[in-house]
Amino acid sequence: MPAIVSVKDLRKTYDTGFEALKGVNLDIERGEILALLGPNGAGKTTLISAICGIAVPTSGTVTVDGHDTIRDYRAARSLIGLVPQEINLEPFEKVEDSVAFSRGLFGKRKDPAKVAEILRLLSLDDKAKSKIKELSGGMKRRVLIAKALAHEPRVLFLDEPTAGVDVELRRDMWNVVSDLKDHGVTIILTTHYIEEAEAIADRVGIISKGEILLVQDKAEMMTQMGRKELQVELAEPASSLPEALSDYDLALSPDGRTVTYTYDTRANRTGIRTMLNDLDAEGLRMVDLKTQQSSLEEIFTQLVKEQQS
Amino acid sequence: MNWTAIRAIYAFEMTRFFRTITQSLVSPVLSTSLYFVVFGTAIGSRIDSVEGVSYGAFIVPGLIMLSVMTQATTNASFGIYFPKFIGTVYELLSAPVNFLEITIGYVGAAATKALFIGTIIFITAFFFVDIEVQHPVAMVAFLVMTCVSFALLGFIIGIWAGNFEQLQLIPLLVITPLVFLGGSFYSVTMLPPLWQTITMFNPVVYLISGFRWAFFGAADVPVGISLAAIAFFMAACMTAIWWIFRTGWRLRQ
Repeated sequence: MPAIVSVKDLRKTYDTGFEALKGVNLDIERGEILALLGPNGAGKTTLISAICGIAVPTSGTVTVDGHDTIRDYRAARSLIGLVPQEINLEPFEKVEDSVAFSRGLFGKRKDPAKVAEILRLLSLDDKAKSKIKELSGGMKRRVLIAKALAHEPRVLFLDEPTAGVDVELRRDMWNVVSDLKDHGVTIILTTHYIEEAEAIADRVGIISKGEILLVQDKAEMMTQMGRKELQVELAEPASSLPEALSDYDLALSPDGRTVTYTYDTRANRTGIRTMLNDLDAEGLRMVDLKTQQSSLEEIFTQLVKEQQS
Repeated sequence: MNWTAIRAIYAFEMTRFFRTITQSLVSPVLSTSLYFVVFGTAIGSRIDSVEGVSYGAFIVPGLIMLSVMTQATTNASFGIYFPKFIGTVYELLSAPVNFLEITIGYVGAAATKALFIGTIIFITAFFFVDIEVQHPVAMVAFLVMTCVSFALLGFIIGIWAGNFEQLQLIPLLVITPLVFLGGSFYSVTMLPPLWQTITMFNPVVYLISGFRWAFFGAADVPVGISLAAIAFFMAACMTAIWWIFRTGWRLRQ
């Protein structure tokens, strides 16, 4: 199946001369959760804005389900829901009115039952008649999502949905996102919390300085790019590592009880077996072994560092 | 045309109007009543009549126009400026709507509000002076066209404005003087010849004159010219709005 959103060589240069997007190419698959990960100012919001019609691209094309977002903007935009980063809401409006307005604005017939269903999905049903200014910050964020879902979009963009949100609410939000995925909605979320991408995304795109550095299946990325650590616990503490082991990437813990071996899972040979044999030969007796996968955070930091150098 | 979207925007704006209905109506009614007391009764009692109409009645069309123009402009400018200010404009920009639909929604609502207030003032006037309308259909037509064209102007101002001061600036510095010097309270023929000529460059003169003609059958300028002037003004505003949305000026990044 062709990608639901296809971004081709998208560039955006602001009037100030700042090049926010430097030729982005990105295909978003139907029904996936794609996390766009990048530091502040990487171009995440600009990318979303250019796809959704808030920013005018300098060049390049975007299609949504085959519809060009400029030439065929009505069809393209009807398929998209956008949850902005800032809590932009009219404070004096009632929750259900605000959601119903969004539905109308996108050209969908009035449907109070549908609005009620969306509010229920976001656990806002008991707040339907409340004014927006009476809600907590987390509730307001849910209202933003409800508004974006009001016209039953096929693609939902969430721009930093959990920025400044407490841990509990963040988990709530993740549940909402996975519910939506179950309803067949394609979700693109930007975040600078790596934990978030790790927790909910199917694929992770890394963006930095207006360029997509990598888009890959999350698990694949972690196994392929990840560096693993093998920790060997010694029976007796060692004061230093023997000379004979200097070829290995080893580190000894300050208490002398743990030797940490770092290796690359992508390599043909991890060297674990020979390293363990050599340890044994040097008379360092081991009592336990433990491996640890490096996190997305480390992968990310490393990639961004590589780009900068 | 996405009529559902137009209806949604219109209804949204009207809801905001009715939420603050008291303040929306009390202040124009109060200020108009003051005008009647000061100009109509206190000063007007020393003026015989203007073009065969008692001064109190003579100023009614001008007063209605004064309020309608100010209200249409401020309502429309606030209507579009507020979403920009609080950030909800993202929704308009990402919705499958074109400039015409957004404009009809906002300008339609602002014009309706102004029309509402104009009607209230018209009714209020009956309590102060005896008036009759010679050309009711023309009166309604002039009123509606004025509401729409000034709402269009306000819409442009709202998009242009970068802060609340700028939002107030044009109505205060441009519209109020133009309306006061546009013959709201006097006939242009009462001015010295030089000023009569200068006044002819004020677009508001044509609107007030046409509107007054609908009431009393007498006008400073021929009705046809008044109509042409208002049509030109509307077309100019629409062109400006079309350009704004095409380029994304002050709206899209």
